[in-house]
Amino acid sequence: MAADNRLPPPYGLLIDRRKPIAFSFENRAFVGFAGDSIASALAANGQWLLSRSFKYHRPRGVLSMAGQDANVLVQVPGEPNALADRRRISEGLCALGQNYRGTLATDWLSLIDRFARFLPVGFYYKAFFRPRGAWEKWAPLLRKVAGLGTLDPNHRSEPHDKEYRFYDIAVVGGGPAGLAAALAAAEAGARVLLVEENPLLGGSLAYSRFDAEGRRGESLRQELIAKVEANANIDVLVEALCNGWFADNWLPVIKGRRLYKVRAAQVLLCVGALEQPAVFRNNDLPGLMLGSAAQRLIRLYGVRPGRKAVVLTGNSQGYGLALDLQEAGAAVPAIVDLRHEPPADEFTEAAKQRGIAVKPGHAVYEARAGGGRLAAVEVRRILGQGQCAEQGESIDCDLLCMAVGYTPTYQLSCQAGGQLSYDDDSAMFRIDGLPESVRVAGSVNGVWDLDAVLADARRAAGAAARALGKSGAAVPDPVADGGRSPNFPWPIFPHPKGKEFVDYDEDLQIADILNAVNDGYEHVQLMKRYSTCGMGPSQGRHSALAAARLTAAATGRTVAQTGVTTARPPFAAEQLAHNAGRSFYPVRRSSMHHRHIEAGAQMMQAGAWLRPAYYGPKGGQEAAVAAEALSVRGNLGMIDVSTLGGIEVRGTDAGEFLNRIYTYGFAKQPVGRGRYALLTNETGLIIDDGVACRLHERHYYVTATTGAVGRVCQAMLRWNAQWRLDVSIADATSAWCGLNLAGPNSRAVLQNLCDDLDLSAQAFPFMGVRESQVAGIPARLLRVGFVGELGYEIHAPQHCGEALWDAVMEAGKSHGIQPFGVEAQRVLRLEKGHIIVGQDTDAMTHPAEVGMGWAVSRKKPFFVGGRTLEELAKTPLKRVLAGFVVPDPEAPRPLEGHLLLDGQRMIGRVTSCSWSPTLQKSIGLAYVPPQAAKPGAELDIKASKGLRVRAEVAATPFYDPQGKRQEM
Amino acid sequence: MKLLNCPLNGPRNIAEFAYGGELQAMPDPAKTDARQWAEHIFFPENEAGVVTEWWCHTATAYWFLARRNRLTDEIIQTFPASEVFKHRMEFAGKDGSEKP
Repeated sequence: MAADNRLPPPYGLLIDRRKPIAFSFENRAFVGFAGDSIASALAANGQWLLSRSFKYHRPRGVLSMAGQDANVLVQVPGEPNALADRRRISEGLCALGQNYRGTLATDWLSLIDRFARFLPVGFYYKAFFRPRGAWEKWAPLLRKVAGLGTLDPNHRSEPHDKEYRFYDIAVVGGGPAGLAAALAAAEAGARVLLVEENPLLGGSLAYSRFDAEGRRGESLRQELIAKVEANANIDVLVEALCNGWFADNWLPVIKGRRLYKVRAAQVLLCVGALEQPAVFRNNDLPGLMLGSAAQRLIRLYGVRPGRKAVVLTGNSQGYGLALDLQEAGAAVPAIVDLRHEPPADEFTEAAKQRGIAVKPGHAVYEARAGGGRLAAVEVRRILGQGQCAEQGESIDCDLLCMAVGYTPTYQLSCQAGGQLSYDDDSAMFRIDGLPESVRVAGSVNGVWDLDAVLADARRAAGAAARALGKSGAAVPDPVADGGRSPNFPWPIFPHPKGKEFVDYDEDLQIADILNAVNDGYEHVQLMKRYSTCGMGPSQGRHSALAAARLTAAATGRTVAQTGVTTARPPFAAEQLAHNAGRSFYPVRRSSMHHRHIEAGAQMMQAGAWLRPAYYGPKGGQEAAVAAEALSVRGNLGMIDVSTLGGIEVRGTDAGEFLNRIYTYGFAKQPVGRGRYALLTNETGLIIDDGVACRLHERHYYVTATTGAVGRVCQAMLRWNAQWRLDVSIADATSAWCGLNLAGPNSRAVLQNLCDDLDLSAQAFPFMGVRESQVAGIPARLLRVGFVGELGYEIHAPQHCGEALWDAVMEAGKSHGIQPFGVEAQRVLRLEKGHIIVGQDTDAMTHPAEVGMGWAVSRKKPFFVGGRTLEELAKTPLKRVLAGFVVPDPEAPRPLEGHLLLDGQRMIGRVTSCSWSPTLQKSIGLAYVPPQAAKPGAELDIKASKGLRVRAEVAATPFYDPQGKRQEM
Repeated sequence: MKLLNCPLNGPRNIAEFAYGGELQAMPDPAKTDARQWAEHIFFPENEAGVVTEWWCHTATAYWFLARRNRLTDEIIQTFPASEVFKHRMEFAGKDGSEKP
């Protein structure tokens, strides 16, 4: 089939006629040229029908030719809703229409169109839910009919990536304003990024008509592009979409499969304006398009958009458009001018000279179809706002171009904080109130005359450069805008039979907007949500203005008062792949990690760390944990404690600092001793615990729980930012590895590794700390008793982890040393009644509740939380943490979080519970009311599956209550 | 992504910072009754306007102060905490005696 709508060169800036490309649409073969979009290649071949509308399945074709509307959504392989006027054809591409049953040309769902009156605005709020249960029956049917295109469940996304860019000035939009602004900014010395959505720089210069001759646009375009390309200060991204504005000029720019994360000190929005359709009956037929769409087809793609074209206009640009159409070989039977007295200028004069009939003060009242496309328009005299004469004249045509006005592309500006106002004189939105680092220039700023646009761009660029400190930047005065506003104030003509579409995406007619208001949804935001106006794929780009005008008129407000709905990012649909990233859940492994794996450990997540849960095969947990625990109690075990937090506090005020931070007294703590350190916040609640080791008069090494050390360190730094004590505070967690060697034989084994340290109970007693060497490795040794046996925590530089592990394993071999994991440690500490902060405490636990009153000093002048604890001490306890045992060894074991009941009333909960291999029964900790906390008191625990378990309160520690074993 | 100008590290993405609540002068705990203390602990001013706040650059664990308009989320000024806390803070003992 011959492409008989194709125009000869120089038409077709984007296409390469030497490279024909074969593709198919709706299984019909077509041939276009390299550079063609799907829509332009189809138009060249006379295929105007592209899609079916969302609700009424009406035939639709090209509207904007700029990738801004939903009429052109087509299916391409693996991807629904591709924009046919933007997506380029490729060899063998199989494109399909969307949203039809049968064929695109004969869609039997288009019958819905005839029943439109039964589908009033908001019908889905009013129907389908009565009688009860009706929705379940309707839903599958509606789901089938709704939705556009088909997804490929086997689709595999190609790699997408991100790039970070930083600029002085980002210019969004590469039209005349953007080019001029980028040049002016770069010449002032700024590093500039120029972002253009289309493949070609120049914007309207490439397709619009700026003089009667029709030469100025192209020559200016080439001149500006040459200068931009020659300027080393300007980076250009074409076919790149700035899809939003985020705080402090963070711009997501999407180009192909890459998301550029651009940060610019200053942003110039030269994003132009979006031409708006007129609203009249059947204003959606294929063959009706925006004037700029026809110009784009002609100039960019070399496609004649019709043979017989009527221009509906309210500005002189429409006359320029008529000249373009005529030069492209189309007959122009009439320019229908909405204005009663069109002012004379070079365009109107040129049109007159060429003998084009002008019908001033007329409107297109109705479009009529023939053969699935526009066949004629009914032109009538305008009598008043939106009112036409009873009779009119029918003009045959296959193309109607609408050039009745614009809306500034306000989306990014509004995201940046700009406010829209509406100027009644120009019948156009204006953007005000932008932050100091964001400026608009060109038609988005309401400037239309080309010289004024260029001057406006230089003004904005100069001001931005000045703001960057480039004081030499020129800020020219604005040039008077000779161009009149292109907007006709009321291009809206209701018809008794309706089908005057305000929103093409959602098939909304004038009556739908008015009925939404009549239903009480008078606010434009409510009107939008009720009617769905502006909620389709094009996000109201072609409906917001008309909807605002109609709502304003219906509610007796001004358009400015009515406003438009919020334009949130993204500006256009974007692929989820751009937002996705590599999952980043960093895992921390101790330097002994590989030794655990070699020893057969089952690893578990503990905060960000991986820790050995137990050593042995999967499924053998119970037996392994018991064996590990018993080895510690009776012989020797060792556990990797590298994950323990470590904080170095140094300085002359180190003792005073700890005194203020922790609850206990530290000022008189001797060097070489450790002390239990409990941390409360200002509200007296427990937030962490650890051991404070005094290594020197001015040096403490403080341990903190694995998950909390970051928070603890941060809190310390914040307090000292206020106290100004002479200390330095550093989180040294990752500098140290460690293991705890525990069990009655630990001293004998460790002595073999320590040449110059006396480990005897007299020389190195319980809670002592020493700095020495273990197997030649410099180490800090802490005699602490978390698991309740004689034991030594050995902290060594991180890189010595494996060497330390190997040395201790080797030395312990003859004693049958057994590494133990976190699970066994939990059992062992529970047998000793030691709490784990975060497990046995919650966000309301204060020290007295967990029997830690002894760890709170009452003598210090101040510590964090002290004043609150003073008050809490005056109030009776509401709950206490008590130990319990389950006497029946056959009873199900309660779990953390199980409730304690008094009849049906909840009186507490279990925080820890384990089988104690030492005591041969289940033991645990639970919050109970103070009066229920007497040893021997019965507890009723609701365990899994609602089973009731009888437990008895027991004194803690369950094991070795005098603490003799750890002090051996 | 919003930027915050750290007095130590310069402008950085806000994701690098932790918020620390508004700056409040702590009343002398030894001379404050329970009600006043509870006011201090539990009832921040929470003013809708320009407020001085604690912020921490988490990567460097650096605490500083920022004046921010909570209505517009505009950060007006950032400065080191030492501009407010100029001297070593001392606490009086329970008997009212200054600690040595």
